[in-house]
Amino acid sequence: MRSDSQGDLRRTLSYFFLHCSLHGRYHELAPHLVPMDYTNDPDVKIPLALIVNMPELKENPFRNRIVESFSEDGQGNLSFNDFVDMFSVLSEMAPRELKAIFAFKIYVHSFRGYFNVDNYICNEDLEKTLNKLTKEELTPEEVNLVCEKAIEEADLDGDNKLSFADFENMISRAPDFLR
Amino acid sequence: MPRHKLIASESDGKDNEFSLYYVEVEENSQGGQEKQTTRDGKRRRERNGEVSRRRASEKRTTEVDTKRAEKKHEKRHKTARKEGEKHEKRQRRKNADEEEAEEESNKEKKNIKNERTKTLRRDDEKEKDVKKKRKKHVKNEEDNANSGKTKQKDCHDMPLKEKKKKRKKPETTSESESKSESDSAPESKDNQAVGVLGSLTPEELEKLKEAVDERKKLIATMRGKPWPMKKKLVVLRSSCVLQRQETLLIISFLYYSNCQKWMKFQRDFENFKTACIPWEMKIKEIESHFGSSVASYFIFLRWMYGINMILFGLTFGLVMVPEALMGKPYGSIPRKTVPREEEASAMNFAILWDFGGYAKYSVLFYGYYNSQRAIGWLKFRLPLSYFLVGVGTVAYSYMVVIRTMARNANEEGGGDDTSFNFSWKTFTSWDYLIGNPETADNKFASITTSFKEAIVEEQESRKDDNIHLTRFLRVLANFLVLCCLAGSGYLIYFVVRRSQKFALLGLENYGWWERNEVNMVMSLLGMFCPMLFDVISTLENYHPRVALQWQLGRIFALFLGNLYTFIIALMDAIQLKRAEEEIVKKNMTIWQANLYNGTVPDNSTAPPITVHPADIPRGPCWETMVGQEFVRLIISDTMTTYITLLIGDFLRAVLVRFLNNCWCWDLEYGFPSYSEFDVSGNVLGLIFNQGMIWMGAFYAPCLPALNLLRLHVSMYLQCWAVMCCNVPQERVFKASGSNNFYMAMLLVILFLSTLPAIYTIVSIPPSFDCGPFSGKTRMFDVIQETLESDFPAWFGKMFSYASNPGLVLPFLLLLVLAIYYLQSTSKTYKRVNMELKKKLQTQNEENKKKNKLAALKAANELEQARKAGEQRSSSSQHTQNSEPPVSSTHTTTRPPASRGHTSSGHLPGHPQQPQKNSHSNRR
Repeated sequence: MRSDSQGDLRRTLSYFFLHCSLHGRYHELAPHLVPMDYTNDPDVKIPLALIVNMPELKENPFRNRIVESFSEDGQGNLSFNDFVDMFSVLSEMAPRELKAIFAFKIYVHSFRGYFNVDNYICNEDLEKTLNKLTKEELTPEEVNLVCEKAIEEADLDGDNKLSFADFENMISRAPDFLR
Repeated sequence: MPRHKLIASESDGKDNEFSLYYVEVEENSQGGQEKQTTRDGKRRRERNGEVSRRRASEKRTTEVDTKRAEKKHEKRHKTARKEGEKHEKRQRRKNADEEEAEEESNKEKKNIKNERTKTLRRDDEKEKDVKKKRKKHVKNEEDNANSGKTKQKDCHDMPLKEKKKKRKKPETTSESESKSESDSAPESKDNQAVGVLGSLTPEELEKLKEAVDERKKLIATMRGKPWPMKKKLVVLRSSCVLQRQETLLIISFLYYSNCQKWMKFQRDFENFKTACIPWEMKIKEIESHFGSSVASYFIFLRWMYGINMILFGLTFGLVMVPEALMGKPYGSIPRKTVPREEEASAMNFAILWDFGGYAKYSVLFYGYYNSQRAIGWLKFRLPLSYFLVGVGTVAYSYMVVIRTMARNANEEGGGDDTSFNFSWKTFTSWDYLIGNPETADNKFASITTSFKEAIVEEQESRKDDNIHLTRFLRVLANFLVLCCLAGSGYLIYFVVRRSQKFALLGLENYGWWERNEVNMVMSLLGMFCPMLFDVISTLENYHPRVALQWQLGRIFALFLGNLYTFIIALMDAIQLKRAEEEIVKKNMTIWQANLYNGTVPDNSTAPPITVHPADIPRGPCWETMVGQEFVRLIISDTMTTYITLLIGDFLRAVLVRFLNNCWCWDLEYGFPSYSEFDVSGNVLGLIFNQGMIWMGAFYAPCLPALNLLRLHVSMYLQCWAVMCCNVPQERVFKASGSNNFYMAMLLVILFLSTLPAIYTIVSIPPSFDCGPFSGKTRMFDVIQETLESDFPAWFGKMFSYASNPGLVLPFLLLLVLAIYYLQSTSKTYKRVNMELKKKLQTQNEENKKKNKLAALKAANELEQARKAGEQRSSSSQHTQNSEPPVSSTHTTTRPPASRGHTSSGHLPGHPQQPQKNSHSNRR
């Protein structure tokens, strides 16, 4: 009797937690798409356009990239698992290394699917990043200069593109990167 | 991913940990090596055959050939091993885990030695799954040994996810095992009873808690892994006894409640701290739109505000309030009363605005203070306090300015690491916590500005013009500016002399122009010279920050003339007042004599006649006059600043904005356009204003309060004006170091302004009938007096001993020596610091180069390995087809690869490689 009630309590608690925090948010994004009951693992995905409008991402210049890099299909459709994934990485509790990996994913614009060390940040990625960051207020020459300098600074192996090792090395020393 | 689904559904059914674990492992072995398992046996046989065949062929060849072949063989193996090293390690770790698993499930313990001998025959009595695992493992090792093509294929074929899982799996599973060890008791009990949640006794609950703790650890490690959540869930579920909801509960609990409150609190606290810094938000906003140079002015303004706050606290708390509360009230003595002839107009606004009338006879000015030694029930030594506060404000200002300068210099010396300047700006400048559109706009603006600043710096460092031309132009510009300064200096001198002459002859005989000549000349110079300097400075082609500093220095020199005229005028006025005072003193005795003469005959024993204090004649009190002058100056200066701000910036902006619609050319981008923020002018205004405060604060204790008010208002007004009617400069530049330049100028001004103040205090006797020092020959006599009457005799004696030149001079000498020593040591440190920095930089560059070389080498090796693999596979194919041409295939495939190496991979410091190359070249 006692244990039963405990189990019940726990179960209700778990639902409470889930529904209060993340799943609630997930459900809110598309109430007509997402069921509240997840016992049967329905295959539900929310399209990019809806997720991008979350207050956390709304003002972020990289919002599309963020969502894309977390989605399993690379198109920006997030299942609930992807959604939780995104939150866990963007949370302030996530360790630096993890953040670095996902930051790399975000900055490599051609990136789709899972993490792969064979990806590189190339000049075009940098240009896109810059234009997003500055709302395209820099002239093309300035953008070129910045890209050139950035690659020159961070590129350790001289291939004119940033591998993950370069990126990690650079970003792990940044003062702004998670203090 | 159907496999995952399978697992998930299974896990729902089976809560038994072991079965889950096995399912996982099974999945592993199936996933990673599925394709290979079918070919497994065949390849093994192939390989065995190949080796034996090769051995046979090697025996047949000559010795050299054998050697070569062996070497090649070795090399091949080496590269293969190198590549597979990581893999192998992983495997070994996995073995250890497997062993644990076996131990744990009370199965036969496996022999490590056995494991490492890589025997293919396996004990048949092992469990089926274990066998499977081992098989896989053995096959893996074989793969490793088997080299090149197959392996690479293996790597490429294997889905990424699987690869990763394989890599990470051992750790997590090991953890799960260790956890389950601690849990073994309830498990063994509940092994059959699948519903763990069904019934729980208190001990079990305890165990469960322990398990949860273990799981926390597990989750903490798992959080650092870049897996998708789905996989984390699978792993977590597989390692947990609990049901799915509970795992989710744990996840959500750990992610969202455990440390989050603390983190949130910290963040809020940080926010609170920033919110406590006055005007931080405003300044940041301005910085984001106008760059750090404009922001540096506001930061300077804020710093000044802080200083004035302290000065105000000192004067207000130790001088004004005690006098107002405990001193004699207004009207009790002549110095505290408006004289009879001024009474009628004392409350007029015009008079008050000019700080005459009641304002003049109040705590605001020096003259109001009484010379009574101790006032009130506290026996507050007001004259002493007045003197010490006067000295203290100046001393404090010196201290603060110098301390700030030293700190800034420190920061400059430390320097920020700019090795990744641009990449950091690109990759880490966005703040992911921003959710407010306005903040986001500001952030965009600030990022753009910071990029522009960095670009300007970069362009400046790249610029290499005709050095001789620039040098010539700079010299020319400086010459022109010097001429300008000398001309204006002479003009000021001339005008001041002329005005002195006029003053001696009496101003009444001259017209308006003669009376206001000095002021007019000064303001005209102040208006046009900066413009001229600005034009001249375009010749110099300096970096904008350096240009700003030059501009500041030049205008500063010009303004010194202003200061000079002001001080001259003031000294003249003081002399006049003192002459007047002498006359009043004489008249005073006559007046007193008259007073008594008229009354004495009536009754000699009657109490002394009470004359209303307003009727008593009094001296002109030059100290109050000086204080008034300063206050008026500050007020007029403030007004000018505000009015120019309103007209020059606001009105202009309004006109440009609204007339633009009906004008024949583009006003916004054409001629008038919007004004830029004049950093140099504003900074200089601030600095000179502060100089006035330091000079006048001794004679008008209200000055710091007034200044505080002014700074406060101008902070808001200028912030508003900048945001609403100015446009950013064309070349936004980084203002690092500007602050120290401002400080240096402030220090000069502080020194210059304390000189006259100290001169007046030390060398001019105070007025006889007003102020806290009345009746003394010098103001600093108050110290002597206090020493004599408030301290024991021995203290005074000691003080007099200590102050005799025999002691003071050596002490001064010692001080000078100490300063010299400290300065030289600091210089040495600085040099060492610079050298170290240089060394570090070169080291960095060297490292970079080395890394590049290493990368090149690695690429070469990879290529080599691949070539070797290709060759190996081709050779194996050949050997299958026919035995004899083995060596021929070697000769045909080998040379091109090695030639490629010699061309690209000739590395210094790696002698083996050229050797190898020469080997193959010779062939």
